Amino acid sequence: MVNALRIHPKDTVVVALMDLAPGTVVEIEGGLEPPVVTVQAIPFGHKVAIAPIKQGEQVIKYGASIGVAVKDIAPGEHVHTHNLKSIRGRAQ
Amino acid sequence: MSDYFMGYPRRDGSAGVRNLVAIIPSCGCALHAASLIASRVPGAALLSYTGGCSETEADTELATRLLAQYGRHPNVVGSIVVSLGCEMLNAADLAERIARGPAPVELLTIQKLGGTRPTVERGTALAQQMLAPYRGAARQKCPVSALTVGLECGGSDATSGLAANPAVGAFSDLIVAQGGKVILAETSELLGAEHVLRERAASPEIEARLMATLAQCERILKATGEDFFGKQPTPGNVLGGITTVEEKALGDVRKGGTSPIVDVLTYGEPPTRPGLSFMDTPGNDLASVTALVAAGSHLVVFTTGRGNPMGNAIAPVIKVTGNAETFARMGNDIDLDVSTILRGEETWEEAGRRIYAFALRVASGEPTAAEALGHAEFVLLRSGPIY
Repeated sequence: MVNALRIHPKDTVVVALMDLAPGTVVEIEGGLEPPVVTVQAIPFGHKVAIAPIKQGEQVIKYGASIGVAVKDIAPGEHVHTHNLKSIRGRAQ
Repeated sequence: MSDYFMGYPRRDGSAGVRNLVAIIPSCGCALHAASLIASRVPGAALLSYTGGCSETEADTELATRLLAQYGRHPNVVGSIVVSLGCEMLNAADLAERIARGPAPVELLTIQKLGGTRPTVERGTALAQQMLAPYRGAARQKCPVSALTVGLECGGSDATSGLAANPAVGAFSDLIVAQGGKVILAETSELLGAEHVLRERAASPEIEARLMATLAQCERILKATGEDFFGKQPTPGNVLGGITTVEEKALGDVRKGGTSPIVDVLTYGEPPTRPGLSFMDTPGNDLASVTALVAAGSHLVVFTTGRGNPMGNAIAPVIKVTGNAETFARMGNDIDLDVSTILRGEETWEEAGRRIYAFALRVASGEPTAAEALGHAEFVLLRSGPIY
């Protein structure tokens, strides 16, 4: 059953459509190859990485940059304020 | 194939979706008399303007221009300007500007007429006269290309950028494909999405104007001494899963669909080009929707996550939510539930077509939730002090 949403084909993160427990297979429309399994709890509306994202790389959602990874992020990891920072604001 | 709605063709070639008489106070002191007239005549719409005196000339001029545009709006078949008689706003000039449009206008001055009571009696009779020819008027087929639709969002949550905004984006693309006009607004909400908006501009000139508008908004926010970006995204946004201001802005931009941005409009400026325009408005829902309608929007499509009840004095406001709980709790205020997208039951495109079908029914006379409740919000931006 679909439990996450990839908004744009280029996205490196998908959004949880329900609370996902650790160890859940991320299921999106069209499937993911290779499969991605959550390594942490991902609350509804939050992002999970579906590709390896290196520190300093841009995180892509809506097909565009939403900021930069401040540490290496593995597929299945929660992507939020602890590992993603705005290029535009907050820390200025 | 061109789609149509059942509307009211006007003498100037436009088409209305409602037949209303606008009751327009030219200052706050005339507001009560105007509201009494509006309350006595079904089909009379009060513009609850409270300025017009002890304010900057720039604010008075902006108000005169936008109030006149309401008087010339295709949903308006007549206007009554209610003046006190000694306000700074030139009520005769306002009436003159309305008279340049297709519908009649009358000016009532409280001090000349002998106070509130005679003004209300005269205004009530005039409003009834203006509406009489339109009672039971037949609607006619009008092309969707005649429609202008404003876009707004308020009370956003995690579902807004995932369901309601993309669905409204698909709806926007359908209106644009028919040759209609769509207006994306709320400048402050788009700060952070510059990298995406650049690519959407139809020409380098539009791109430059768009960037200048966003930069000016940022300068104004900085000049207040408050830290806008320090507060964005809000704690509620972060709790809901939004990490950065870019992410929030990209979710907002989705309302505009995928069409190129063909023009950049000032606050309340009517669009002249078919397609998607951007209007410089504040993120404040009331001040933004008031300007979208002043610019000629026949309808406003409003996305909400947490729920918002607002409407407008003369234009139907269609509320769309992607939050099933909000729809269950506040369904009396909200027209469409697109949480289906989050359950995989509907695609953005399918939900967009559903919004489109509903919007054409509303344009053809079906009341929105806000209209059924009698919502009639009207708030004009005021930049200077009241002194």
